[in-house]
Amino acid sequence: LRLALCAGALCAAGGAAFLYHDYCVLGAGPSGLQAAYFLQRAGRDYLVFERSHAPGSFFAIYPRHRKLISINKRYTGKSNGEFNLRHDWNSLLSHDPRLLFRRYSRQFFPHADAMVRYLEDFAALLELRVRYNTAIVHVTLDRDPQAWNGHYFVLTDQNRQNYKCSSLLVATGTWVPNVVNFPGSEYVEGYETVSINPEDFAGQTVLILGRGNSAFETAENILGVTNFVHMVSRSRVRLSWATHYVGDLRAINNGLLDTYQLKSLDGLLEGDLEDLAIVKDKKGKLHITLRFYLENRNTSAGIDSITLPQDELDNFATRAPYDRVIRCLGWKFDFSIYNRSLRMMPGRGNKNKYPQIKPSYESRGTRGLFVLGTASHSVDFRKSAGGFIHGFRYTTRAVHRLLENRHHGVPWPSTVYPITQLTNSIIKRVNEASGLYQMFGVLADIILLRENATAFEYLEEYPVGVLAELEAQTGRSAPDGLFVVIMEYGRNFSGADKDVFYYNRAVGEAQHAWQSNFLHPVIYYYKRLPAEREMRLRPPDWPLPRPHAIHHIVEDFLTDWTAPNAHILPLRRFLENCLSTDLRNFFAESCFLFALTRQKQPPFCQQGYARMQGLVGSERLRRHAVEAGLLEDYAVMDFSGDKLPHSHRGSRDQLLEDHVIPVRPLQHLVNAKDE
Amino acid sequence: MSAQKDRWVSSFSFLLFCASFIPMLESASLLQELSPQEYFSSLQAGRASLAYFSHNVSPGAQPFLEQIENSVEALQDYGISVVKINCPKEDVSRYCGKENALRKAYLFRGNMLIREFPTDALFDVNSIVANVLFALLFNEVKYVETLVDLQNIENALKGRSNMVFAYVPATGTAEHRAVMEVAFVYGTVHQFVLTTEATLLKDAGSNEPDISSARLFFCHCQQATDLAQPCRRTPLEQDLTVLNIHRHLKLMGAPLVTEVAENPEKVSTVHLQLGLPLVFILSQKETYEADRRTAEFLAWQLLGKAGVALLSRDLVDLNILLRSNVALKTPDEGVPIKYLVLEDTDEVITLVEDKSKIEQIQEGEDEEDEDEKENDNQDVQDDQVVEAVCRDKKRELPVEQILTLTEETFHSAVLETAQTVVLFYASWEAVSLAVLQSYTEVADHLKGAQGVLLSRVNCWDWPGVCTTENVTQFPTIKIYKKGKQPVTYNGMLGTEELTSFIMLSQVSCPLKLATINEAEGYLRGELPSELSSYHHTSVLGVFSTSMSKAREAFVEAGSILSGHITMGMYFEDDALALSRKYAVSPPALLLSRSGGRSVEGIALSKQNAQDIVQMITYELLDIFPEITVQNLPYYLQLRKPFLILFSDGDIGQMEGKEMLKLAKGILQQPFVSCWMNLKNTPVGHGVLKAYFATVPSLPVLVWVNLHARGQVFKFPSDQSITEVNILSWLEKLKAGLEIPSSTLSEEDWKPPLPAYNFLQMMDTTVPEFILRTSYHHGDRQEQQQPEDSEEKATVREQLPEEAGLKAEKGQSPGRDLRGTAPRLAGREKQAKRHTEL
Repeated sequence: LRLALCAGALCAAGGAAFLYHDYCVLGAGPSGLQAAYFLQRAGRDYLVFERSHAPGSFFAIYPRHRKLISINKRYTGKSNGEFNLRHDWNSLLSHDPRLLFRRYSRQFFPHADAMVRYLEDFAALLELRVRYNTAIVHVTLDRDPQAWNGHYFVLTDQNRQNYKCSSLLVATGTWVPNVVNFPGSEYVEGYETVSINPEDFAGQTVLILGRGNSAFETAENILGVTNFVHMVSRSRVRLSWATHYVGDLRAINNGLLDTYQLKSLDGLLEGDLEDLAIVKDKKGKLHITLRFYLENRNTSAGIDSITLPQDELDNFATRAPYDRVIRCLGWKFDFSIYNRSLRMMPGRGNKNKYPQIKPSYESRGTRGLFVLGTASHSVDFRKSAGGFIHGFRYTTRAVHRLLENRHHGVPWPSTVYPITQLTNSIIKRVNEASGLYQMFGVLADIILLRENATAFEYLEEYPVGVLAELEAQTGRSAPDGLFVVIMEYGRNFSGADKDVFYYNRAVGEAQHAWQSNFLHPVIYYYKRLPAEREMRLRPPDWPLPRPHAIHHIVEDFLTDWTAPNAHILPLRRFLENCLSTDLRNFFAESCFLFALTRQKQPPFCQQGYARMQGLVGSERLRRHAVEAGLLEDYAVMDFSGDKLPHSHRGSRDQLLEDHVIPVRPLQHLVNAKDE
Repeated sequence: MSAQKDRWVSSFSFLLFCASFIPMLESASLLQELSPQEYFSSLQAGRASLAYFSHNVSPGAQPFLEQIENSVEALQDYGISVVKINCPKEDVSRYCGKENALRKAYLFRGNMLIREFPTDALFDVNSIVANVLFALLFNEVKYVETLVDLQNIENALKGRSNMVFAYVPATGTAEHRAVMEVAFVYGTVHQFVLTTEATLLKDAGSNEPDISSARLFFCHCQQATDLAQPCRRTPLEQDLTVLNIHRHLKLMGAPLVTEVAENPEKVSTVHLQLGLPLVFILSQKETYEADRRTAEFLAWQLLGKAGVALLSRDLVDLNILLRSNVALKTPDEGVPIKYLVLEDTDEVITLVEDKSKIEQIQEGEDEEDEDEKENDNQDVQDDQVVEAVCRDKKRELPVEQILTLTEETFHSAVLETAQTVVLFYASWEAVSLAVLQSYTEVADHLKGAQGVLLSRVNCWDWPGVCTTENVTQFPTIKIYKKGKQPVTYNGMLGTEELTSFIMLSQVSCPLKLATINEAEGYLRGELPSELSSYHHTSVLGVFSTSMSKAREAFVEAGSILSGHITMGMYFEDDALALSRKYAVSPPALLLSRSGGRSVEGIALSKQNAQDIVQMITYELLDIFPEITVQNLPYYLQLRKPFLILFSDGDIGQMEGKEMLKLAKGILQQPFVSCWMNLKNTPVGHGVLKAYFATVPSLPVLVWVNLHARGQVFKFPSDQSITEVNILSWLEKLKAGLEIPSSTLSEEDWKPPLPAYNFLQMMDTTVPEFILRTSYHHGDRQEQQQPEDSEEKATVREQLPEEAGLKAEKGQSPGRDLRGTAPRLAGREKQAKRHTEL
């Protein structure tokens, strides 16, 4: 009742005036707008809060050098829109073909302004409800047993206006710059403000702190005009082509690696920034020393009294003084606006820049608070693409589907097919689905088997981390077992330090498919839904607990998994053996024979021929099937008694001949792709 | 059959392995070379070794050396090591000193010399193994030379144990070796007797013994009590090889008659496992004693060829003819048990022997098959549609007649033409491509047809339009008509059917007929000429003006049946007159087959569209149809038994008339009577072959109960096909007096071949998987937990944590990560149980 009264209206309770919405979305960046799109399509009561005057304010500033490193592949040779999204890392999901990013930029690595324009259009064309110039400065809870989650979220903006929401979607990204404090850090310029004009660096010696894409991007920009650039960071450089993680150093930014390794004066160093200290000499040059030396010195003495490392170790690497030191250490989530009762905790270890959330993207501390977009990357940090537009556009959709089920009784969308379509539906998805492809290891298609395995229900892109809760989260039931279709890289293939170009890195034969290294589809079969405990106890790095059976579709150079013998046949055999049935297709003639000579029919005949939808096939195909020995040709048989076995043998010989000579002239190409 | 053989081979070699396992542990290297001192000091009690001595290699010993080296491995299986002893030059001891000692090999057990072999007795591996084992198995294998010796041994064994009697033309042959190798395993079970005297064979039952080939007999002495009578003997009919002898002994060891009290489909005996048939004697309480005797008699006759089981019908509820008295189960999987009525035990024996004869003939062929199977056909395509499409992929399809639509062009194309047929397909999917071929043929047929556009959408290229058009599976054919809901084609995916559907879809269904003349014309089959070839039966609904509800239902039924048939509708004032002519009153259906020569009037009692559809579909079925691949499903849906007249070409007039009489005579037939023209439907030959193994002389009348039990009966060929004869035959069938010629297989459709077991491959190669394996077995551990916890209950009550830890430590050493997960899980559970206490 209370909901109805307040819905969308100005409510007055306890003296404070506030606006009510079912859903509040914080931030009108890519993920906030993506969430708004789905809420709008579902006809939900929502409002997006944006502190800036326009969407995507982060992209108005960053990246500083304005080149996005997300690819904008305009041509793939395919017209399949879903497939093409696999190579479009900038578009958000929508039904509107005008809102494809390739219409906004012709560049492979587009200018950041194009993203700003795109987001503006996305919000405007789709008429998303965004409240600009509204900075939410405080979020707290209002306990109420009638609320969806036992409490309302009360938001306060910079004008002390209050808003009340049943569900809070946090899409604020990570925008608070990481800083380190060490003696002399006041001399350090931040990435946020540093000049991007290379001329300002002419003839200077520069030290960059950090080793991410922003650090390398900064270096790349000034490489040509500086004396030299040094980069220092605790961790070693991780190249994204070696780790298959798009957040690591992208090849487009790695010019400094080249000049370092070719001894063109630039260089990389490893060291803990916490130990560092910077002192400025009288000429304004910046010297690197160690905090250790500073702590021991006489505070009253001048700069000359400071021990520099080279005083003791005269070939100390960074003994040359620098003109500038630039900090490029990335960003973290803004934890400051949440009341303590929301228990928004930073993650552990290297995930401390993100808030702690469950695999369902719901906050660990507060029910009904979901984290979307870049800030939700703790789920798949350093693994998949959940921190980037081309990944979180799918996880945002998944969260929306979870919410639709939880609050509106709309079960997860699904399609029911007859079992004969099982192989086809998997092949179709692994070949075109972009969510599975981008969010490998995180989102998976779920196939729920119906009784007697005569039909199945297909659910797309479910967050696999909450597989155990599938029935509650989707409103679908899985009483008779399920398949999970997911994409994976080979387990020990990628990673820093690994040679990802070694010979025979690619597997070509279906029977060795489980050793595939590149991204390939994997199908898990469970006779029953795994329990929470099984999910918890699964081995590290495994997306799922041990299945009853597993199938890998062998990796493919073209990521085209439609080869009848190498891809589809082994998959069919796997499915057949899991379901203990025969999933072959038959011509009507075969079904006719089975119908009159056997008490039971194969599924294809049962669901086709017996319902007067048999596959008659052309005469030509019939002849091919006969030649292959898979169909008996009764028309030419001689039925004069004793010749019978002979003609029977004839067809068998044919069968043998055909199978003895497998045509595999391109075997070597399959095995070593780089030749 | 041979798969079983393989299984059996492996079990046998396992047996051998076990027998030789313990001594094998010590002999790591094969041929040892030692000095005399080393050799004699290394001899162990009870351990057999074959030794030969040499100074240098003397030239004459060369071939012998080769042979003895070759037999090292074979002997090692029996725990016998082979040692070459290098004599120092100055050595003149017993073995090294004498020149002729060097031409011999010595068999020791411990340090006791058992036998000296002259090297010419050890000419090849067979002779070495045979002779060495012969020497070692002195007690287990008695050698006899005279009949008296043989009889003495036989008499001594009577009532105690069985005897294996073997004749070999000479010792040291492959057969001799085989006998010795089997004796090594079975020597303690049966008494083995060996002879090289052919005269002993004469007595052994064979009148004209072929003394050049070895023979082996199993003598059933254990049951023999009469000292005067020799033991019953069962010869081994095959060659003397280790496998054959082993198999023979195994069969002889099986019980003579197995008593069975369960469904024979589930029974498995040694015989079936070894690839031999099993004969069931179906017994009843009243005749049990006699049946038992028959079974035993038969069992002796069939010993070594088939097993015999006595099945008590009173205990098992069998769904078979009361008259049946014998059943035959073959070892081939999936072949149903045959129930027979036989009069004589000889018939059973011929049945079994014929069977094995056929099998022997086929064996040659089978082996080819098996070889292939071993190579694993997993990666060979066994889907006829996929393979056929693959083989045709190089050919360019003539698709010029078919418009290719895209996401952009789809909507305008559908709007522009009066009727647009769209094939939604996926270019990688075999069934789609097969249908596309038929579709091009349809396009060919419809070339020049006005107002019809054939088009296609590749959903692999344009998934968006397929989704919006609600196409969830491939292929889907939809017909779009201006201003109407699209119709999804749900008929046979064949050229003719689809062409006809498209053509008939062009006329509205039902056609509104304005005058009584038009209505009569429609009943005569007067339609636009281009449709005439697709039109078969006219269905005219006649309504009076007031019956709007019935009319609406009829119109709705028309929209469902649109394309499949043509329908007319007449509801003018004189409708009553029209219907009266055919002796019905409105609302009524007038059905006209074959151009209006006979019009049938049926009262339309149903008012619901679905019911009308069902009624029309039912009425359209023929009384005595020719069954074809295309129309069988319509008749299958009736779920009745089939009475089929198979004919090579058209059926004879006589038979046709009689069958039609029969079909018409029985109202509301409880079965479908039909015929099949094997010229039009050649696959009918396949059907007959499945029923009768060979194609019988045609025409042949067959009763098939497709939906219950699957029994097939053949109308006696000596009777003529007349209504009377058929009716009386059907009566007999009903009474269960006829024996089915065969029974349709009830087998489920299982996966044709296994899949790659990646899980297992990962388990064996990637250790982290094993962790998952052991975790997976958690269920089992949970079950074991209670026993375990009871034992330690007292301890745990005091110090639960410690006990848990102890239990953990108590597990096998050499632990690594592997057991961690289940153990932790186990500990958790124990602790929990304690708090519950």
